[in-house]
Amino acid sequence: MDLQLMRRNWLARLLLERLIRLIWLVPLAMAGLFTLVSLAPVDPVQAYVGARVAQVGPEQRAAIAEAWGLNAPAPERFWLWLSHLAAGDFGTSITYNAPVLDLIAQRAGASLALIGTAFFLALALGFSLGLLAAAMRGRWPDRLIRGLAVVLSASPGFWIAILLISVFAVGLGWLPACCATPPGLTAAETSLGARLTHLILPAVTVSVVGISALILHSRARAVAFLESPAARHLAAHGASRLRLAFRYGARHALGPALTVHLAGAGELVGGSVLAETIFAWPGLGQATVRAATGADAPLLLGIALATLLFVFCGNLLADIAARLADPRLREMR
Amino acid sequence: MTDASLSLRPIGFRSPLRRALIWRGGLVTAVFAAPILIALALPETGPAVSAATRNLPPSLAHPFGTDALGRDMAARSLAALAVSVKIGLFAAILSTALAVVLGLAAALDRRLDRIIGVLTEMALGLPHFVLIMLVAYAAGGGIWGVVLGVGLTHWPRLARVLRHEAQTVAGADFVAVSRALGRPQLWIARHHLAPHLLPQVVAGFVLIFPHAILHEAGLSFLGLGIPPHLPSIGVILSESLRGILAGHWWVALFPGLGLMIVALSFELFGETLRRAADPREGVA
Repeated sequence: MDLQLMRRNWLARLLLERLIRLIWLVPLAMAGLFTLVSLAPVDPVQAYVGARVAQVGPEQRAAIAEAWGLNAPAPERFWLWLSHLAAGDFGTSITYNAPVLDLIAQRAGASLALIGTAFFLALALGFSLGLLAAAMRGRWPDRLIRGLAVVLSASPGFWIAILLISVFAVGLGWLPACCATPPGLTAAETSLGARLTHLILPAVTVSVVGISALILHSRARAVAFLESPAARHLAAHGASRLRLAFRYGARHALGPALTVHLAGAGELVGGSVLAETIFAWPGLGQATVRAATGADAPLLLGIALATLLFVFCGNLLADIAARLADPRLREMR
Repeated sequence: MTDASLSLRPIGFRSPLRRALIWRGGLVTAVFAAPILIALALPETGPAVSAATRNLPPSLAHPFGTDALGRDMAARSLAALAVSVKIGLFAAILSTALAVVLGLAAALDRRLDRIIGVLTEMALGLPHFVLIMLVAYAAGGGIWGVVLGVGLTHWPRLARVLRHEAQTVAGADFVAVSRALGRPQLWIARHHLAPHLLPQVVAGFVLIFPHAILHEAGLSFLGLGIPPHLPSIGVILSESLRGILAGHWWVALFPGLGLMIVALSFELFGETLRRAADPREGVA
């Protein structure tokens, strides 16, 4: 009876376990992030004053430092930051001159659209290429696909983006090389089609990060299935290898592939930082780079926290997907 | 290097694995040494700036073309690869050292294992590249920012492998026998632990390297890494963005290709080493 209840509630148990982890992980990560950002040899007052350096005298600097609590020791500043966070105040971005929380809320949509598209693009491409390679195991399509996976994993993603621009935007002129909308228009004024054409190149760039792991993983799973007695049985009934791989092998491979892909979703964020910078995509990745180059500590911390939560959710979804695909995992601790 | 580190499993001289190791090792050495040697042979000042040779497409005189300042891209790319390789090397050494220390400490002491487990969890809680950016920012950017950013973030995978390997060996029967025979701890570490761990360390080091140089290039590309006055693939590629819309594709294609070849050859070599070190793998 008890065992059955446990079995039915695997999801609740998983969620509870993750909640507990979140409770200890987030404060530790916050302390780590705060330490990193305070270590930076940047004078926050100088970063704030910036170009208006001639208009700000030493007394004003001292007043700003005092008002910000910069003279307090590090633990006290950390505590101050935490209490502000608890009140929903993430501080003000220096580079954008706007509240950090508003900025993140405003820009998260563009980033999520980009990362989400890249996620499904990588899944569709990587998974089908992996199955195809498994079906053609040892023959030239398999070699070609495996070669592609290895080459992609060794290529800088931003270099691929530049080549894509060079071919599809400059050479052929099919796709725009910049931004989320045509110049001078806002997202509301842009048609869906135009928005989609602007999305293609950045999304392909981000998806490159995840494709090679996905190809190799789904290929390995499908190969394992194709060697199983079940597959031999079906082959004896006349099923072709392609049909075996795509009709039956897909079921065996999809769960693990999805798990690997979800667990790697964080890496797509890393890819989006570079892609957003190249394509001037108005998302969080671009803001991260501007925050780091502009010594914008509040924005950097806010984005890092948001990213941490994103990765956490990705891992949680990966675990749920794994358990949905393979019931044996549900009973394991 | 290969002989001593692969003593774990005897490999026949004619085995395909041995042959793959030899030619991939040779390839890596060539790819690794070539840009450094050529860059050393080049004049200190770097390729000359000249208005007459601006934005030339690839030709016999300039196989990789020239950039907007008329500099020969072949010479620039090689010099940049040399810088990338050197920085990747520093970062990979730092990461490997960290992985060895943390992996062994975790295997030997239960309390340390807990702490290192939490550290690993935190390091993996952020996307790799975002963490690298943060560490580079904390270190104040520049070359040290890159080395620390890349070096301090690539240890978790190898540390986990080493922790597992050390725990397995320490619990093995032959270690228990040695203990019963009264062998000192150091003897056991030297004769039992080292032969098992060394191949993993070597393979891990070679496999960290391609990640290190790719991330280094990414940081420098964003302007958070190697300062723009030094030649580096990331800086060259970020400059190439300006020319790309005018159709100057060669300024981007060749330097990136060079970086890819360096990363790829290390990846293949490291993968072969890893397979040679892993007794569960069949001979390639």
